[in-house]
Amino acid sequence: MSEEFLGYQRAKGKVGIRNKIAIISSVVCVNHIAEKIAYEIENCVAITHPLGCGQFGPDFSYTLRTLVGLGTNPNIYGVIVVGLGCENLTSKLIAKNVKRSKKPVEFFNMQDVRGGSKATVEKGIKIGKMMANEAKELKREPFDYSNLILGLECGGSDSISGITANPAVGLISDKIIELGGTSILPEFTEWIGTEHLLIRRAVNENIANKIHSTLNNFLESTMKLGIDFRGIQPTPGNIEGGLTTIEEKSLGTIAKAGKAPINGILDYSDSPKGKGLWLMIEPGLDVESMTGLAAAGAQAIIMTTGRGSPCGNPVVPVIKICGNPKTCEWMANNIDVDASKIITENKRVEEIAEILWQKLKRICNGEKTYAEILGFEDIAIWRCTAAPFQIFHS
Amino acid sequence: MGIKKKKFVIMNSKDSCATALENIPKQSQFKINDKIIIINQEIQMGHKFALDDIKEGDLIKKYGEVIGIATKNIKRGHWIHTHNIKSHYLEAIDK
Repeated sequence: MSEEFLGYQRAKGKVGIRNKIAIISSVVCVNHIAEKIAYEIENCVAITHPLGCGQFGPDFSYTLRTLVGLGTNPNIYGVIVVGLGCENLTSKLIAKNVKRSKKPVEFFNMQDVRGGSKATVEKGIKIGKMMANEAKELKREPFDYSNLILGLECGGSDSISGITANPAVGLISDKIIELGGTSILPEFTEWIGTEHLLIRRAVNENIANKIHSTLNNFLESTMKLGIDFRGIQPTPGNIEGGLTTIEEKSLGTIAKAGKAPINGILDYSDSPKGKGLWLMIEPGLDVESMTGLAAAGAQAIIMTTGRGSPCGNPVVPVIKICGNPKTCEWMANNIDVDASKIITENKRVEEIAEILWQKLKRICNGEKTYAEILGFEDIAIWRCTAAPFQIFHS
Repeated sequence: MGIKKKKFVIMNSKDSCATALENIPKQSQFKINDKIIIINQEIQMGHKFALDDIKEGDLIKKYGEVIGIATKNIKRGHWIHTHNIKSHYLEAIDK
């Protein structure tokens, strides 16, 4: 019984650990409207971004898929999509896709509301308050951890992250997978140097080939732009901290993903096609990465940090674990789990993992992370089209 | 009574290096796997020292995996850093 958490039942067998209303702006022009609506509604978050207009090809697809994924995430009870009316990423298109999750979804454009932004905000508040009242009726129920998707993130790493917090997270990822659940490792630029190990862990040859070709294509195409990704790691700060080679740094990074076999490799913001461990293509920027994990359906994220990072996500609680004694002391009100006891109190990685596991369970049951308490609700969506870059630099 | 602190960590039994968990002063002595290791210079926290003599061209392991190749002979207890280790991965790719 102890390996259960109290979550919210959603349609299609999904389970949330939060029960929020999301106000999504379809385009940058109405971000402030979304924020004003969210501010007036209980347990409500605004999901805003600088995109939604004049985007084409893969960039358009990533923005659409990410916003739809964030609305679809089981931590969200209901969604209101606000548009302007002339953008190419329409509120209607986002709403239509989120509706597939069978949750309450409404959408409207400011240009269709008489009374300008003020009336649009009022309209949103009215609908949002009704949704919030319905959401309150829902009670938490026990579920097992096969219902959980865990995101594995790191940011502001230092040279001891790889020997303290990251291996502790690896044990938790393995535990979730043993319990029938799922975890996702993003940030593929930080796997470079460990391809051979990831390939060895792939469940079949197809997946192994895909891991290989994904990294190879990325390295080759960035080479054409004059960027050698293999040459910029480890950074001067990493080297000062004791790291020596790209493979040493990456080994510390992938320690977060434990020892489980790799079931597949996901595109940015794409949901896992089954349980177990998945990789996600994402270039290694914390907020973009966590946005992609939330859009993929992760209900919880564990973020290891060494130098310290305050980041959070509007949809998903982000648990911070840190192995650096100074950061744990200086940023005590940003760090949820102190892994520096491995250094200062002779604790073993396994003991820290147990503390992290108890924390994760309480967070799943509703306890707030520091990022949630402090209101860090950061969104950034990966933009991948290199064409403008090439035009400006040719 | 204070808690006795661990001065270094060895991530895997196959490793050829240990990572300092605090600044380890020169001349510190440890007994690891029945061998006496004498630290030849201060090792900063997060930095590594050799658990055994390493020859130029040997592969160096941490996490039980190869993290690089020795570019010089490295004596037991000596600092391992960018002056005596280089990426084996980049080496292999360039070939």
